Amino acid sequence: MNVWIAVVATGLGCYALKLGGLVIPQRVLEDARVRRFTDLVPVALLSALIAVQALADGRTLEFDGARLAGLGAAVAALLLRAPFLVVLVVAAGVAAGLRLL
Amino acid sequence: MTSTRPPGSAAVREPAVDGRRAAVRDGLGVGVAVGVSGLAFGAAAITAGLSVTQTAVLSLLAFTGASQFALVGVIGGGGGLAAGTLGAVLLGGRNALYGLRLASALDVRGWRRLLTAQVVIDETTAVATAQQGRAAMRAGFYSAAVTLYAMWNLTTLLGAVGAARLGDPETLGLDVIGPAVFLALLWPRLTSARAPDGARGQVGVAAAAMAIAVAATPVLPPGVPVMLAAVTALPALLSRKADR
Repeated sequence: MNVWIAVVATGLGCYALKLGGLVIPQRVLEDARVRRFTDLVPVALLSALIAVQALADGRTLEFDGARLAGLGAAVAALLLRAPFLVVLVVAAGVAAGLRLL
Repeated sequence: MTSTRPPGSAAVREPAVDGRRAAVRDGLGVGVAVGVSGLAFGAAAITAGLSVTQTAVLSLLAFTGASQFALVGVIGGGGGLAAGTLGAVLLGGRNALYGLRLASALDVRGWRRLLTAQVVIDETTAVATAQQGRAAMRAGFYSAAVTLYAMWNLTTLLGAVGAARLGDPETLGLDVIGPAVFLALLWPRLTSARAPDGARGQVGVAAAAMAIAVAATPVLPPGVPVMLAAVTALPALLSRKADR
């Protein structure tokens, strides 16, 4: 599959979901199970993405000290209630700094 | 994309005009502040191997940060494009829920609805739902939407062009940006008890999803482990009777 196809398919898929939300009858949300499921899916996907991007390179697991330290710094920044962009800058800065040593 | 400040307090005084003005101020503030993070996305996409054009088109079409980061993350990891696309789209599923929530307040039909749909995302929903009354909700929603769409696409382009001219992205720590973005998006869900299950249920799902994804990484093609981790949300759907 070509990267262009992935880019366009992602764009169309995401748009279809946004439009779907505006069009679907409101009744669906009345089911508490549906509400809970839809609430938890992003949690599962985001967590999995963090783990894989922190620890994996393709199909091999690797421990990149600088990258993990960068993520640790991000956690610290979040605990200190830093704004979104500050969290990102701190994470990248710590990783870059450690690689410079 | 998460640190949307609480709304201005001016909405309390005169609901009609002041409420709308405060909503527009909120919308502009969030749009500009969050829109700047398009720089990070542009840089991450180039790091992952997308061209500047592909990066810009993805921001124009998808316009939902987490999905975009997810797709380029999988591509950067050398992963299957089909799985990456599916994961990115699935992650965009929460925008459908936002739409459900906003539909009656926005009350748009025809071509307006087709245009409005594109900007139903985390930040615009956050600004809209923070306002009092329908007029203020709409004012906040659309001012955030227009500002954010313009900023996000502009900064995506700047980030992509900038990163394309810098050498090895790893020396700048740009490979940490992707996971750090997801962490920052996830954080409020894990630390606030606003969710139906409270924060504890969410933390359980998060831990299980991480374990499944890491365990599956050596045995499945890149991109698939993340999709597989979505099964950790299934018990919520299967439980015969919901708690609340």
